[in-house]
Amino acid sequence: MGRFILRRIGLTLVTLVIVSMTVFAAAQLLPGDLGRTILGPYATKAQVDALNHELGADQPLPVRYWNWASDFARGDWGTSPVQNVEVRPYVLGRFKNSLILAAFAFVLIVPLSITFGVVAALNYGKALDRCITITGLSVIALPEFVMGVFLIVVFAVQLGWFPDISQVPGTNPVDWFRQLLLPALPLMFVLFGYVSRMARAGTVDALQSDYARTAVLKGLPRRTVVRRHVLRNALLPTITVVAVQIGYLVGGLVVVESLFSYPGIGQLILTAATGHDLPTLEAAVLLIALVYTVANLLADVLYAVLNPRVRLAST
Amino acid sequence: MSATTADGVRVARRERRRELYRAILRSRTFLVGAGVVGFWVLDALLWRVIVPQDPQAITASETLKAPSTAHWFGTDNVGRDVFSRVLAGAAAVLTVAPLATLLGVTGGIAVGLVAGYYRGIVDDVVSRLIDALLSFPLIIIAVLVLASLGRDTRNVILVIAVIFIPIVGRTVRSAVLVEREREYVAAARLRGERGPYIMVAEILPNITGPILVETTIRLGYAIFTAATLSFFGLGLQPPSPDWGLTIASQRAFLQVAWWTVVFPALALATLVVGVNLLADGLRQVVEE
Repeated sequence: MGRFILRRIGLTLVTLVIVSMTVFAAAQLLPGDLGRTILGPYATKAQVDALNHELGADQPLPVRYWNWASDFARGDWGTSPVQNVEVRPYVLGRFKNSLILAAFAFVLIVPLSITFGVVAALNYGKALDRCITITGLSVIALPEFVMGVFLIVVFAVQLGWFPDISQVPGTNPVDWFRQLLLPALPLMFVLFGYVSRMARAGTVDALQSDYARTAVLKGLPRRTVVRRHVLRNALLPTITVVAVQIGYLVGGLVVVESLFSYPGIGQLILTAATGHDLPTLEAAVLLIALVYTVANLLADVLYAVLNPRVRLAST
Repeated sequence: MSATTADGVRVARRERRRELYRAILRSRTFLVGAGVVGFWVLDALLWRVIVPQDPQAITASETLKAPSTAHWFGTDNVGRDVFSRVLAGAAAVLTVAPLATLLGVTGGIAVGLVAGYYRGIVDDVVSRLIDALLSFPLIIIAVLVLASLGRDTRNVILVIAVIFIPIVGRTVRSAVLVEREREYVAAARLRGERGPYIMVAEILPNITGPILVETTIRLGYAIFTAATLSFFGLGLQPPSPDWGLTIASQRAFLQVAWWTVVFPALALATLVVGVNLLADGLRQVVEE
């Protein structure tokens, strides 16, 4: 078990290093000269060169990567030349806002999706099953920004129930729903589609398994069979899907945050990328990668802890 | 003797393929999807002939007019006819998405064949790279690359294609892993055929089913992604009538003129749903 976890941590670190190199390389491809950007068009060539030397921008790429990565690891994320603020509090603040929105969507929809998936599987082939399956398929058919636009038209513009620009909510729970429900809905639709489908598939498999049949044959009531034998096995694959959805959530956040002008990290990445704000962009993307890979790591470990077969197969 | 056997195999193969086509044409899901997609493809080819008005014609006196008999879908903030722009907008997304899908699937087939057929170190390296690429939200890669390489249609196509390669590669690889253990592959190896020949001439024709399904699924995602990227202003630039771009630029007038946004959004929705139905119908037939 220990070896398995160590191996997974090692692989996660390798992935993170590759990702950080990619982010750094991509950001360096952005056109423009750092010294020239800071000093403006009237500075002499010598002044620009001197500043570049002072900032280390004239050093070879691997050296600059190392400086940037080690500074980042030590918590020095630099300053944003565009916003003129320190990057770390700026990015972390936006990240917290995104976390609020994502957690809101997650907490509301994941238990609901799992319940619906299990209910669909228990009514396999019946009208209720078909109803849930079709709903799940149709809510993921549309791009999030199209869904978001429809939601704004109906609920913000026509009915006026919600604001069309969402702010970070205060402590009042009513305020939470008012500010967050509309931007969270497109995310919730997509999550519902995937998670309910996986929960249904897992439950259907478990229901048809030998151990479920044995439990039925030895005379256990159906409710006990479902609770004690089926659900435990059925929800295992669902855990992995839920963790993978964290990666999706980040992509979805970019869309809904810019649609609803919500000050989260997704919107930040978009504005930093289009506004050539390199330190902010690099830090934000790397932070996302960190969250994503750690979530995957936790899902794998959890899966292995809960399912001894995986553990044995992979060592 | 060997010639007749080869002929027999070829006839059987053709027969099987014909049976598959017949099954596909019987699937109602597929036919509805094909109808919707066919409509938009025709429109993308013929929009110059069928638009009632010039989609770029600006009329200062006719801004943000509600739908009427003169303008079925109303007019936008500079008085352009929304109906004509919706019809003209299909061409953009139906150029980007199929090209990106084609490139991505071709690359994915090559990667998947090599990784699945040779196994060993090639497979290990390719699989690790696939994992690393897949471990990142697609839209963030696209935003990063487009911001650094510049925003134009060619880059949008390339970004989507490159992101698709590992995804398609993974599907192809797992199909190849099953096929490479079959007798016909062993027979070809005994005949002394070389790896590339076996991959392309022997294995590839036998995995067209999963590849076809994967291609239609990818096409749906390509439309999805292309639309989202142009919504962010990272794809086509104004005054293109592209749907995603139109939705983004007309959003500001949503309160007073919902029609400028809702109709392009509906157009995009029908296209995505159509492609998904097409993919679903194909998958059901191939999996049976």
